[in-house]
Amino acid sequence: MRIRAASEQAILVYFGEEIGRASHHHVVKLLRLLQQEPPSWVRNLQPAYCSLLVKFDACEVDHERVEATLREYEERAEVMPFPPARRVEIPVCYGGEFGPDLEEVAAAHNLKPSRVAELHSSQSYYAYFLGFAPGFAYLGDLPEEIATPRLTTPRKMVPAGSVGIAGKQTAIYPFATPGGWRLIGRTPLRIFRKDREPMGLISVGDEVRFQPIPHQEFTALVAR
Amino acid sequence: MSLLVVENPGQLTTVQDLGREGFGPLGVSPSGAADPVALRLGNLMVGNEAGAAALEMTIVGGSYTFPTGAGIALAGADFSPTMNGRTLEMWIPHALNPGATVQLGATRAGARCYLCIAGGIQVDSFLGSASTHLLSGLGGFGGRELHKGDVLQIGLPTKALWRKKISPGVLHAVKPGKVLRVTDGPQAEWFSEETRQTFLQSSFRVSEESNRTGLRLEGPALKPLNEVEMISEGVPLGAIQITPSGQAIILFVEQQTTGGYPKIANVIGADLYSVGQLRPRDEIRFERVSMQEARTLWIAQQRLLNSGKQLFA
Repeated sequence: MRIRAASEQAILVYFGEEIGRASHHHVVKLLRLLQQEPPSWVRNLQPAYCSLLVKFDACEVDHERVEATLREYEERAEVMPFPPARRVEIPVCYGGEFGPDLEEVAAAHNLKPSRVAELHSSQSYYAYFLGFAPGFAYLGDLPEEIATPRLTTPRKMVPAGSVGIAGKQTAIYPFATPGGWRLIGRTPLRIFRKDREPMGLISVGDEVRFQPIPHQEFTALVAR
Repeated sequence: MSLLVVENPGQLTTVQDLGREGFGPLGVSPSGAADPVALRLGNLMVGNEAGAAALEMTIVGGSYTFPTGAGIALAGADFSPTMNGRTLEMWIPHALNPGATVQLGATRAGARCYLCIAGGIQVDSFLGSASTHLLSGLGGFGGRELHKGDVLQIGLPTKALWRKKISPGVLHAVKPGKVLRVTDGPQAEWFSEETRQTFLQSSFRVSEESNRTGLRLEGPALKPLNEVEMISEGVPLGAIQITPSGQAIILFVEQQTTGGYPKIANVIGADLYSVGQLRPRDEIRFERVSMQEARTLWIAQQRLLNSGKQLFA
């Protein structure tokens, strides 16, 4: 564990310097313990691939005190069992109007578009963290055969529910927002709803699987 | 319940309070007023809690009618407010008669003016806050900027208007500046000593492409020593990240909660409200302070804003 001040009110805790479940499990354990027993001065927590940003009330504590407490928590978190992953299934209609970049992604890898969809939906993904927009989960790791860099020019507007890929990651856009990920399909599900508990369908540490669905089923699910 | 009618929403007007902090795990950024100091002082003048919801107007104010009257105060940048043709003074509460219309023009200095109303603006709360988050269309009034014809509800005032001005000493202490103090960012050493000096000794121009998510700066290119790809991590408010082309971006209230660009510095908490008053084409500079100084300045600012009656002349 490495600790670094990020601002006078925030500290970064790093677990290794790589993207992988091993480092991330440390992040999740510390996050869970801080959520279960929040010190009075914690203002916000932002998990990522191998780090946790802890924002604190600088009127109450300074970096030294925060660091000491985080080291104590980390020792306890280490011996805690890793919480079992929740499984989340996301229906996706691949290609066509819903996945305008599917053909290009397929061409870049000398694959048929249907094979890209097959590979994308053939394994489960791990939800490393949520960022960018409410409910936007960074899912990994994409099969090497279909890993594709971001678009050079991001789209001004990506429709809500779009499923995109960027490098070895995949994600679903919860809202219509600008975005630079390559779009291969769309889900009819509402990923984030403020009138639902929990608001987001995907949380940190979840196992996510994509279920290919035909166009009619997409329409039927939207209508529901 | 009394109402506020939007006759003209100006350039960009949203409902804001002090934001929703603590939802990083959901990917939700705090949002909230771009100049929280002005919002807090504005609310205190009309007898509200410091964090009550108000209108945040950007660059050009617009006009607003109060069919049953209201107690109001204007705080932040001076947008030349008038009421039925008569000048309305900033930083002092006004009791408006039924049917009064408050008109605001373009800014004279600064970027944001707050229209605070006794009783506060009432909207459905999202994760404990009334703040509008424009990117996701959540919070505030329908999750969006205000349009002509919108009718907003105002809560019941709890206290009488102070009828007192914010003291000149306080206004002087919180006058927005164009020299922003910064602490080292978590990737400061990714940049050479020379680049870090360039960052501190140059002036930067706020680009037109700046908004509540971030302020893009035009200035010398600040390239990291190596082109190592960074692993995305959580980013605090006010982080100054450097894009691959060497451009600096100050992440602001509606920022992405995580980012993958190295951060050379971070604007200190006590100067963030000044960022909220920056306009496109403003020239700014940075001045480095220690974490300890930054913390002392933050505590002093919070103490000042929490000093109650002493804030008034």
